Amino acid sequence: MTNITALHPKRNERMTSPSLMDTLFQRTLEDLIKGIRLQLMGESSFISKAIEEIRREIKSTDLSTKSIALHKLTYLNSIHAQDMSWAAFHAVEVLSSHCFAHKKVGYLAISQSFSESTPVLLLITNQLRKDLSSTNEFEVGLALECLSRIATVDLARDLTPEVFTLLGTSKVFVRKKAVAVVLRVFGKYPDAVRVCFKRLVENLETSDQRIVSAVVGVFCELALNAPRSYLPLAPEFYRILVDSKNNWILIKVLKIFAKLAALEPRLAKRVVEPVCEHMRRTGAKSLMFECIRTVVSSLSEYEPALKLAVMKICEFLVDDDPNLKYLGLHALSIAAPKHLWAVLENKEVVIKSLSDVDPNVKLESLRLVMAMVSESNVVEISRVLVNYALKSDPEFCNKILGSILSTCCSNLYEVINDFDWYVSLLEEMSRIPHCQKGEEIESQLIDIGMRVKDVRPELVRVSRDLLIDPALLGNPFLHRILSAAAWVSGEYVEFSRNPIELMEALLQPRTSLLPPSIMATYIQASFKVIIYCLHVYLFQKENLISSSYPDNLALRVSDLFSERECAGGSDLASGDPSVTCEKYEGFNPRVLGQSFEDLSTLNVGDVTVTHGQTSTTPVEMNSFTHESIVNLLNLLEMALGPLSGSHDVELQERTKNVLGFIDLIKQEMCDILIHIEGSLEREDLRSSKVVALMHDAFLKELGPVSTSAQERVPIPDGLELKENLADLDEICGDAQLPSNSFSLGNPHYGETVGVCFSNFQINKYSDTSHDSTYLIAEHRQRHDLYYLPSEKGDTVSNDYPPANDPKIQDNLKDDTEDLAKLTEQSLVPGKKSNLAKPRPVVVKLDEGDGTRITVTKPEPKDDMLSGAVRDILLGNEGVTISSQSNQSDKPSIKRKGKEKLNMNLPSESKENFGDAEKPDYGNPSSRKIKYHSHGKQRRHRSPSKKNAEAREENGRKEKQKNSHHHVSSSHRVFGLQPHL
Amino acid sequence: MIRAVMVMNTQGKPRLTKFYDFQSVEKQQELIRSVFGVLCSRAENVSNFVDFDSIFGPDTRLVYKHLATLYFVFVFDSSENELAMLDLIQVFVETLDKCFKNVCELDIVFNYTKMHSILDEIVFGGQVLETSSAEVIKAVKSIG
Repeated sequence: MTNITALHPKRNERMTSPSLMDTLFQRTLEDLIKGIRLQLMGESSFISKAIEEIRREIKSTDLSTKSIALHKLTYLNSIHAQDMSWAAFHAVEVLSSHCFAHKKVGYLAISQSFSESTPVLLLITNQLRKDLSSTNEFEVGLALECLSRIATVDLARDLTPEVFTLLGTSKVFVRKKAVAVVLRVFGKYPDAVRVCFKRLVENLETSDQRIVSAVVGVFCELALNAPRSYLPLAPEFYRILVDSKNNWILIKVLKIFAKLAALEPRLAKRVVEPVCEHMRRTGAKSLMFECIRTVVSSLSEYEPALKLAVMKICEFLVDDDPNLKYLGLHALSIAAPKHLWAVLENKEVVIKSLSDVDPNVKLESLRLVMAMVSESNVVEISRVLVNYALKSDPEFCNKILGSILSTCCSNLYEVINDFDWYVSLLEEMSRIPHCQKGEEIESQLIDIGMRVKDVRPELVRVSRDLLIDPALLGNPFLHRILSAAAWVSGEYVEFSRNPIELMEALLQPRTSLLPPSIMATYIQASFKVIIYCLHVYLFQKENLISSSYPDNLALRVSDLFSERECAGGSDLASGDPSVTCEKYEGFNPRVLGQSFEDLSTLNVGDVTVTHGQTSTTPVEMNSFTHESIVNLLNLLEMALGPLSGSHDVELQERTKNVLGFIDLIKQEMCDILIHIEGSLEREDLRSSKVVALMHDAFLKELGPVSTSAQERVPIPDGLELKENLADLDEICGDAQLPSNSFSLGNPHYGETVGVCFSNFQINKYSDTSHDSTYLIAEHRQRHDLYYLPSEKGDTVSNDYPPANDPKIQDNLKDDTEDLAKLTEQSLVPGKKSNLAKPRPVVVKLDEGDGTRITVTKPEPKDDMLSGAVRDILLGNEGVTISSQSNQSDKPSIKRKGKEKLNMNLPSESKENFGDAEKPDYGNPSSRKIKYHSHGKQRRHRSPSKKNAEAREENGRKEKQKNSHHHVSSSHRVFGLQPHL
Repeated sequence: MIRAVMVMNTQGKPRLTKFYDFQSVEKQQELIRSVFGVLCSRAENVSNFVDFDSIFGPDTRLVYKHLATLYFVFVFDSSENELAMLDLIQVFVETLDKCFKNVCELDIVFNYTKMHSILDEIVFGGQVLETSSAEVIKAVKSIG
């Protein structure tokens, strides 16, 4: 052998086509493996040489050479990840050999490398059929194995008759494989059920445990997908549950009953005792665990059974075997949602397991600890867990943090009473070095801010602490949290103790470490802060001078707009449109959130009240001097200056907005200084008007929006979103704009302006609506390209792409009233609990926030399969729940009846077989009806017969019990003892 | 159902792989790598189960046994019992042991075909068909 191997490289060079030499000196698989292990020339080059060689050899006409080559290729494919799809046809050729060894190689290659899309798959149907009918049981076995791996719809359909025949063969070796292959055949070709199902069920009755095991295995798989269809078979499974002594079979039957019992309470009542009996008697841990799992998942309402199961779980928990401990904890966590007492009883073990060495055990115990969380202990448990998190490895630390976060936020922070505490917990978690839960903490900070009004001062304090710490900016995992903190402190700036400090935090140099999207949030937040500061400053001043602010607001708004129009052409050319956008952007979510008339007025009332209250404290502290305001403006200008050239569109735009605003204000700030004591002129009012308007815009409170709110807005009639966009390039060609820069927002700004703004004005300043529509028209004229064609006769922008989110378009129309109603409906006041410290109001949406359950339908294949199974078991006309439950309620009686019938009518059942052996696809109903007729006859039995059967059943039960006593003493899995 | 069986050594080299749903070669490699990644980071004396949802699809877990230089890995879903799978590994290993007289890694490397024959007798299309190593050996011997 070694000589040949040594000869090989030379031969490689000389020969290019397969010949006698190839056949004589062909490397076997063993040579190949040896060669790879020697690694004289490096593994990869050796393998590519070998592949070259195989490519030559496999073309040989000699099947032996071919099959050795294929064998080597199969090996290289499976162990060294070499492609072998190119050899598919050669595999088919090898398959056709008469030699068993070749066939074996061929089948191995095929089942390893063929997929549904392999083109030559169709060529093997006949070969498979031939081998399935072979007299050599091992050939049949190979073919079945192959079929179980690669069967397609076509193969399953074409070979169903052969499989059916094999289901009745006397050779156990073949029959068990035929049973197992049925699963794949049914899955691919549900109509096969009509042919094979009856025989499959009959195999349950055989005495050979290996066949029963295979059948039960198939039913276990089938029942997991559509358990209801298999309820009628419950009597058969029940018999196995009581009679069988094979742990493997029992485990599978238990799995089936766990599914069936959930559907049929009377069945649960029936099986609970045998399951407990197994639990009491078995020594096999695998069976024990399956019994426990069945009880805690499906039979937990039977208290004695559950108590027994929990007792057995305790034994698992104290076992030295980490596997048993883990599975015990796992079983507890299945029981936890319904029977928390089971967990509480084992509290100490569970908590101790948090510091176990085994990650599985730690994780399960964490899950259980979280299950124990309630309103009364959430503070304490979180404290303990955060301490664990600090000590743990990064992975487990984040698992802990993740479960605290998800438990606390479930059901709208159900377990949280003290939100001030929770917010500071969030801060603490953010500061844990390994924390990678930025996204979750971000969304919770914002969510709490929007939902829980009372916590906002604390939230702003926490945000400030986070923002002001320069160390946090260096940790990318915290960026999302910082983004939320920035947003919170901008949105609720009125609660800030020191806005100037906040501004400095938002503009600190290290913010350059943030990604642009988060920078943009920072800038927007600083914009809100500056507006707030200016407003406080000017408002104080204005209060001294004019007290008519609220009365002439409407007038001032219109003033402002005409002003802005004038200014548009002159010095504010660049700043102006973006400021407008900025403002509308500010408006947009508000309109979505709460533009309904009643509540908005109510909220405005609220906000002003809150503002009034708080303004007594912070504003006094924050009494801004002129100097501090100018400094603030300078700081902002200086910090943002470099960013106006940013390559990030969002960042650049926001920066430009703020800078434009500063331009507008700054000049006048100087004027104010000049006229500080003098009479205030109109010039002065202009800036304060802008500030007042912006302030009002930001003052409007954001609220949570139901995720389905937008879906409920009907699409307006005239809206065409699927228009052909082919002309787009033509239209935009001149402009040379990056297409996403204007689809980002502009197109819908234009339209939303109309709605939002008019809405805004309808609410408050109804008399200015005319001005705004005029402005919109003006804007539209100038930026026509950016508008969507919503009006008839608009020809120019017909082909404009829809804006990013087509849903936004939905509320563009005059449906604002509908929208208002919808959002109004979706806001309901939160509940209050009657605890010592009253729980703050948590704003909720009526239809379960974000927990919209999407009903996932079972796959159509499964549907067809279970439908076919139901047809077979019940007949088409009898698919009613009552008939199913009747049968399952009296399992033994039914079975008895059937056995009797079979005995009485041997000729009929014989006929059935004959009938089925030639499957008649056109008219399967004949068999079906006959099968079903058993049931019918049973139903029409006379009472006396029933009694007789009942007696019989009792006797049988007695027997079962007796035999069970014998049997159960030797429960072992597979006769091995690892888990005894 | 059993989704896959893998035998690999402690360096991550696959010695036997069988996937009961078709997987492309690349996907197989990826799965083998991620399984090894999980296994080699686990300490001795910890439980033998790993939740495998993230790698092998929902509802899957794996059980493994570390013997000498080899990992024996079975990937399975919720229709199998965890401890029974562990026992099945035992059956597989015992069968190998009987077939090769004190099995070691080299036996497995050089008896690629026989390994498949043995495994195919125990697990058929993802379902457990034979749990007695005597029966398996009998069948494998007659197959040759």
